[in-house]
Formats: sequence, C-alpha cells, structure tokens
Amino acid sequence: MSAPLREDNPLLTVRDLTVRFDTEDGIVNAVSDLSYDLFAGETLAIMGESGSGKSVSAQALMGLVPMPPGRIEKGSISFVGQELVGLEENDWTNLRGEEIAMIFQDPLTSLNPVFPVGWQIGETFRLHRTIGRREAMRKAAELMDRVGIPNAGKRARQFPHQFSGGMRQRLMIAMALALEPKILIADEPTTALDVTVQAQIMDLLADLQRDTGMALILITHDLGVVASVADRVLVMYAGRAVETGRAGDFYARPGHPYAQGLMGSVPRLLSDTDRLLPIPGHPPSVVQLPTGCSFHPRCALADDHCRTSRPDLTVYGDGSRQVACFKAETPAALRNQP
Amino acid sequence: MRGSTRVFVMTELTDALAPENAEGGGGGRGSSNVDLATDDTKRTHLRDAWRLLRRRPIFWVAAFLIAVFVSMTIVPQLFTAIAPGEGNPSGEFCFLADSRQGPSADHWFGTDVQGCDYYTQVTYGARISLRVALGATAITLTIGILLGSLAGYYSGFIDTLISRLIDGFLALPYLVAAIIVLSVLASNAGRNEWHVMAAIGALGWPAVVRLYRASVLQVKSLEYVQAAKALGASDARILARHVLPNALAPVLVEATTGMGVVISVEATLTFFGVGLPLDSASWGIMIAEATGRFENSPHLLLFPGAYLFFGTLGFIIMGELLREALDPRLR
Repeated sequence: MSAPLREDNPLLTVRDLTVRFDTEDGIVNAVSDLSYDLFAGETLAIMGESGSGKSVSAQALMGLVPMPPGRIEKGSISFVGQELVGLEENDWTNLRGEEIAMIFQDPLTSLNPVFPVGWQIGETFRLHRTIGRREAMRKAAELMDRVGIPNAGKRARQFPHQFSGGMRQRLMIAMALALEPKILIADEPTTALDVTVQAQIMDLLADLQRDTGMALILITHDLGVVASVADRVLVMYAGRAVETGRAGDFYARPGHPYAQGLMGSVPRLLSDTDRLLPIPGHPPSVVQLPTGCSFHPRCALADDHCRTSRPDLTVYGDGSRQVACFKAETPAALRNQP
Repeated sequence: MRGSTRVFVMTELTDALAPENAEGGGGGRGSSNVDLATDDTKRTHLRDAWRLLRRRPIFWVAAFLIAVFVSMTIVPQLFTAIAPGEGNPSGEFCFLADSRQGPSADHWFGTDVQGCDYYTQVTYGARISLRVALGATAITLTIGILLGSLAGYYSGFIDTLISRLIDGFLALPYLVAAIIVLSVLASNAGRNEWHVMAAIGALGWPAVVRLYRASVLQVKSLEYVQAAKALGASDARILARHVLPNALAPVLVEATTGMGVVISVEATLTFFGVGLPLDSASWGIMIAEATGRFENSPHLLLFPGAYLFFGTLGFIIMGELLREALDPRLR
C-alpha cells in the first residue's frame, strides 16, 4: 500500500482477498486480490456493476459466503488484529451483530413476517446478552425511535407487513445498530426504495455514523447515492479493485477509464451535455475473464499492452489515490471526460 | 466509542450502553420517553389469526366436529348412558338374540354381532382411534421436522444421506413394512396401541421430511434468514425461530390430513390381524368386521364409517383454515 491514509491503525485490513465459486460452468472469480483498509468513523463506498464482486467481498467480511460452492482462495481479513479468514462458525456467531453488522438490499424480505418487528430487533440483544423479553422489547422501541420511526412504542408490536419499504429499512438499520457494532456494512441499502426515501435513509445512516463513530461500508452501483456521504471510494470491476481514493478527488477526476465511464453515465442537472454516455459493451463473463486488463474490450484507450498484461493498482497523484490502469498517467485518460 | 478498543464484554454491556444512548439521543430524542404500548392495544400473531378465524362459519363447523370427537375420547359417558359391552342402560349383558338389529329407538345405531348397543360401541371407538392418530402423528412430525431441518438447511452430504434414506423408505411397500415391523415389535398377544403408534409413526415420516425439507429450502434463502445470521444467530436458533414458523404451515396441513389417514391405516393393520388387539373397540376393527356383512347389515359399516368421515373432515378443514390464518402472506 501507499503512504498511510491516517495515523491510527485501521479497524479492518483486507489483503489480497480472493473468493472463488465452483459452478457447473467453471470457476467464477468473484473477488480477486482485493486489498483495502477501513478506519474507525469513515465511510468507504464500494462501487461496481452487478457481478463485480462487491457484494461477495462484503459477505466475506461477515463469514456469509456460502461454502460450498464458494471458497476463500487466499488473502486475509484482519479485524482489530483478529484474523477472520478461516474463523470457526462459533466465533463468527459472536462477531456478527456484535462487532460487524449488515443491512441488506431488500427491506421487504429482510424481516421475518411472523414476528412483531420489536421482537426481531430485540432478538439481537437476546442473541448476545442475557436480557429479559420485556427489556429487549423496550430497548427495541428505543432503537426504533432513534432511527426515526414515529410512535415507536406502539409500532414495535406490529408486524413487518404493516410497514412501508422505507420504514422497514429503518427497522433493519435499528436491528443492525442494536449492539453498536464497530463496522456496519450496507449492501445496496437504498436500491429497493423511492428516490426521496433513498435520501432520507442515507441521511439517517450518516447521522447515526456521526453519533456512534462506527465505520460504514456502503456497497452500491449508484454513484449518486454515495456522493454526499462517502469519505473514500473503491471501484471494482470484474472482481478487482480498479480505483481507490478520496471521494472528493474521485468525483472531481476519476482516474480509471471505467470509473470515468460510470461518471459519464450518470445524469446531471447542471451540465451542458444533452446525452448520457453509456459504457459500450457488457460486463465480462465472470467465468472467462478477458486477458490482460479485464476492462480492455470496452475501453477506448486500450492498446496491445492492455490486452496482454494486467495493470496493478498504482499510486497516482498525491499518494491517496491508486488506479489500476496503464493509461492513468496520460492526460487524455483524465481529461476526455465530456 | 470512537477509536476505543473492544469494550463490549458481556457484563459490561449495561454500563457501556447507557452513556452511549445518552450520547446518541443528543439529536433531541431522549430514550426515556419511549413507552411500550399498553396491553389493550397489544397485537400478537396468534391473536390476529384468532380474529381472522372466528369470523368464519366453517371454522366453527370444524371446531365443533373436533370438539365432539375429542370429548368422546375424554368423556364418552356424556354421549351414552350404556357402558361398552352392555346391552342397555340398566347394565344387563348383551343378548346374542339381539344380534345385528337395525337402528331403532332403543338402539339408535342398531346392535352389533354380539347384540350390544352399536351407538355405544362406535362412540367408545373414538377414544382409541384418535389416540393412535395423535400419537403416530406426533412421532411422524417430530422425526419429520428434525430430519427435514437438517436436510434442508445443511445441504450437501447430510441432505443426500437423508434424501436417499427417504427414497429407500418410500420404496418399501408401506403395509408390508408395517406388518413386518409390528410382527417384530411384539407378539400377537403382547401387542398394544403403543406398538401401532410407533410402527405407523416410524414409517410415516418420509413424506413429512420431504415436505418440510422443501419448505426449509425455500425459507432459508429468504433474506431475513441471512439477516438473522448476520446478526449472530446460531443455526439452531435460526432453525427454531426463523425457519420453523415460516416453514411449518404445509406440514401442519399435511399432519392434520394425516390424522385421518392414520386412523384408516390403523384400521387396515388391525384388519390384517397385526394392529390393535381384537378386543379393543376401534373404528378400524368395526369397519373391518362389518365389510363381510355389508349386504345384510349395512349399518355396521355405515355408522363407524360416518364417524371416521366426519372426524377426518373436521381435522382436514381445521388444517386448511389454520394454514390460511397463520400465514401472514395470505392476509
């Protein structure tokens, strides 16, 4: 890695993480050689298209990669000094919810339909603490109040189907925050929600993060959602990190042609361009990745070098930013943004 | 919290959480002003199901049928003044001269081969039939849910093992297997209803395992199971709290229906002479004995048959209604 981003030790250190799935079609390289650090209190946005490995990399942090067919080929995940790769299921059970928690993409199916929501939020306490039913329910109502659910005491007795999508995502957040985990992983937390509700949920997450000092990993394919909350971004393509850096730098000048393409395909209000620029082609097959740089078939700058050898993440600019592209230094790559 | 080392030790939690909450509530909302709903507004899942059920007339029909049969097993004296094996209310013996009389004012269901009051016999027959049905169904459900959970939740080797075991069991001719099991379990003289329950239960579980395994497969892929896991729930807890209530419905319906099937299986086994001892008064024995005399004395077959039919019907309707009421997705 490059010059240290911060003085303190990271909460989470991921090094060379490689996750593969054995399928009937062949071996799927879901995540390859992924490395990053996560510090307390910061928000890391992991971005990429479907199949880019962003969700699998998050599952690996929770020990939730289904094995088989999945397996962690190599690499390490270190959480405050504790190695998570190869951890026993019992140790995972203690860690999940307590230290690292996760909220999922679809709040509509993330709640058990047969139990009152307060019961389910209280379940987190009962899993990790010796606590009575009433006490768990009371704490659940407090949490619901904290994530902005009005009339929380009464609504704690209601069932998931009596809540709207946005409210259910608030419930999921309440559940994940119950034990004040050090890391919260949000896997596309707003994808299933209305645009206005999306903004509310992002604001809520940012508020809660400020209050608790937890680190937040936001997994998304939507650059707009994270623009205002992310401290750092990590762009994944075909299972690999292709760019990482501070959010401000990234949004101002994305370095990797793929990241530029992503930016070009986002509609903007204050822009004189009258059409969006989609990235040509399709994401590569995860079973058979292209040789060299995985992005070369879709890249306007690709030459023979790109087609035969794969670029590694290379420090670029002031040292906070790394880009995996041979062309990153060429002015054209950085400025051809229309 | 920020940058601190791991302070979350079990016993320290209460201390750790309290200041945390105060800090978190800095946005204006204090946590102390949150009150739980009072008891009169409390809504539970079962209460909702009950509210739904009691509005449906058919529920009361099924409940009535089941209530009648259950009370017959507990207090048959409520239904008939005559004790079984006696000819009339004053306690006299049955007279063979009265054998196989049709229904009359004295004997509503007529008399049986021995000349005993058939209404009394059939009423007392509910006791053993329902007891065997309940026992065998309980055994079937227990084995079925345990193995079904294992097979559905932990796919792979254990699933293959259980599934092949089921295939093996299903390949067995059910009745032949039951006859062999019962013959091995006890001699003709020593056999009682417990043996019949055990044999039927031990052979009936494969269907339940298959059904429950399929439900578990469906439920375990749902996000709330993943979410529970992500919050640190153990496999056993996930299976009991999150999978069971959501996967139970089809099995419950199957089991309720199965109650009726067990009654008829018990009758069949008894008919072959490997079921209940012949001196027990079960509907199965009555039906078996009546088949040969149907042309001359149809009432011997019709009355226990009707009891069997309505008893089974009550359970089937109830199973179906429960499924609808307990499944929030059908609301």
